[in-house]
Amino acid sequence: MLEKFTIIRGRAVPLRGEDIDTDRIIPARFMKALTFEGLGQYLFYDERFDEKGNPKPHPLNDPRYQGASILLVESGFGSGSSREHAPQAIKRAGFRAIIGESFAEIFFGNATAIGLPCVTLAPEDLAVLFQAVEQDPGLEVEIDLVNKEVRFGDRVAPLFIREEAREALTQGLWDPIGELLEAGELLDAFDRKLPYPRRAE
Amino acid sequence: MGKTLYEKVWEAHEVRKLRNGQSQLFIDLHLLHEVTSPQAFGMLKDLGLKVRYPHRTFATVDHIVPTHDRTEPFQDPLAQSMLDALRQNTKEHGITFFDLGSGNQGIVHVIGPQLGLTQPGMTIACGDSHTSTHGAFGAVAFGIGTSQVRDVLATQTLAAQKLKVRRINVEGKLAPGVYAKDVILHIIRHLGVKGGLGYAYEYGGSAVEAMDMESRMTLCNMSIEGGARVGYVNPDETTFRYLEGRPYAPKGAEWEEAKKRWLAWRSDPDAAYDDVVTFRAEEIAPTVTWGITPGQAIPIDGRIPLLEELPEEERPVAEEALAYMGFRPGQPIKGVPIQVAFIGSCTNARLSDLREVARHLQGHKVKKGVRALVVPGSEWVAKRAEEEGIAEIFRQAGFEWRNPGCSMCLAMNPDRLEGDELCASSSNRNYKGRMGSPRGRTVLMSPLMVAAAAVAGEIADAREVFGVVGAR
Repeated sequence: MLEKFTIIRGRAVPLRGEDIDTDRIIPARFMKALTFEGLGQYLFYDERFDEKGNPKPHPLNDPRYQGASILLVESGFGSGSSREHAPQAIKRAGFRAIIGESFAEIFFGNATAIGLPCVTLAPEDLAVLFQAVEQDPGLEVEIDLVNKEVRFGDRVAPLFIREEAREALTQGLWDPIGELLEAGELLDAFDRKLPYPRRAE
Repeated sequence: MGKTLYEKVWEAHEVRKLRNGQSQLFIDLHLLHEVTSPQAFGMLKDLGLKVRYPHRTFATVDHIVPTHDRTEPFQDPLAQSMLDALRQNTKEHGITFFDLGSGNQGIVHVIGPQLGLTQPGMTIACGDSHTSTHGAFGAVAFGIGTSQVRDVLATQTLAAQKLKVRRINVEGKLAPGVYAKDVILHIIRHLGVKGGLGYAYEYGGSAVEAMDMESRMTLCNMSIEGGARVGYVNPDETTFRYLEGRPYAPKGAEWEEAKKRWLAWRSDPDAAYDDVVTFRAEEIAPTVTWGITPGQAIPIDGRIPLLEELPEEERPVAEEALAYMGFRPGQPIKGVPIQVAFIGSCTNARLSDLREVARHLQGHKVKKGVRALVVPGSEWVAKRAEEEGIAEIFRQAGFEWRNPGCSMCLAMNPDRLEGDELCASSSNRNYKGRMGSPRGRTVLMSPLMVAAAAVAGEIADAREVFGVVGAR
């Protein structure tokens, strides 16, 4: 049974920057592996550490945000490479959801398919949330996927997420493999019907 | 009301609706490489699943292969283990694998079209965002994550969401020295890196119709840099001429049948688009990037924008880019010294790219102190380039002629920038750290512009460096 994401509660870490690409989220050299294990420690590696491996000032290195489980981002997050390593690294670093202004297409799909909800807020609400979290790192943020709102302090902001993704996350249908397999013989019919490249005799 | 190619292909491949409202979409052709597939095979194993239709999946190795010395075992044991895993997985599941030395190994988006695997009206998926390249043939092709690679291996389908379609017309005639790379950089510069979110891009208009197939591949390749997961061109006689006789293309009576079928996929003249944008080909100059996103681009004789000239929402990334690149607002891009020149990648490493550069490069030398590399897109491209004397022209000019692979484009092999080196590159991404050094800097441009920069030792206008250049 897959987890049903209804309410996600936790502290948030504010990560400013537009159009943050997946190369930044997880540099390509850390993809030289046969599994996703251990990826969490390399999340935003080149932004967090210098070439000698010393920590740089970065929200993810900031002790005040240790233990945060919600990543707060701006617009165009996750652009570029289709590497699932990016949401995998975020999830494996302990994050349970991302709130932003907009997400790149492939990143959003990859994140949803591994059970990492990405929700968007209107720019003005997001700006308030950023400020609130920057002023009070201990602030509790609540993502309510059922009632489609994000709550923090005394504020309630409507959240946006594609209805199909919301449905998948709240109903525990976010990993589609089981349902895809159910198509069974219907798949064989498509395989027979649709041409595929075949070396001619 | 007519339909677009995208809608027709979607409808023909929609198996059924899923409970969450998404569609289950059949994938005609699945391509694999070594970086995003081993975890997927691992997941299959964990679930006790098999590859359902192995004849619809083809694999090659490209991201991690060393381009200098391909003797195995590789110096990098992790790279070797990834190649070994792909060999093992494809063997175990009966998947065709174009291995090193097979004559067909190469960058996955170069070999698909080259072998005739990529055909009009197909749905094509690969764990790589530049899968949009295959859209040049009128296929609906897109990048997927590793969990979806698993889904396609196990069911030949994935859960997908229908996109809107934006028609992008490029009308008129491109000036000499202006290539498909300049066209796509120009488009992204104007529509933005997020402009394509939620859209498939259909490219058309007289300048696109006049393009050869390899130029159309360059165009479609970078759709994702504009935020569009899918980019395509309607199939036509140019498409068919390119495909005819290729190993996996239909033959004989099947060929005539296929052409008829393929033409029917074309968008109808009265198709409705969600958006239409038109560019004038004559207004497109050789275009180069100055920042850290592919949308931060200017014509070669332009100046890096002043912050106040930019829309407010673009200023933060512009400031970040200026600091990272070490550029001043208002500074000309021409004349910026380079340390590295890279011709390669799934965007621009095909035979016609190399031919076009070689034709102008003959008799010129790479400036002393510049490290210049050519990495052909595939073993087949490399072989043809040797036979045609193209490789020798590059060597004579002072370029290193390497073995095929993704190479420095994302630096998963030993080819990479050092420190804050600045690289003139025919690849597709100028992201921070993209080329292997966390401080490395990338300036994107056409292959001929890379050659001009290599010769001049600085970012230069190829039309000046090589005299008047002809149109491709």
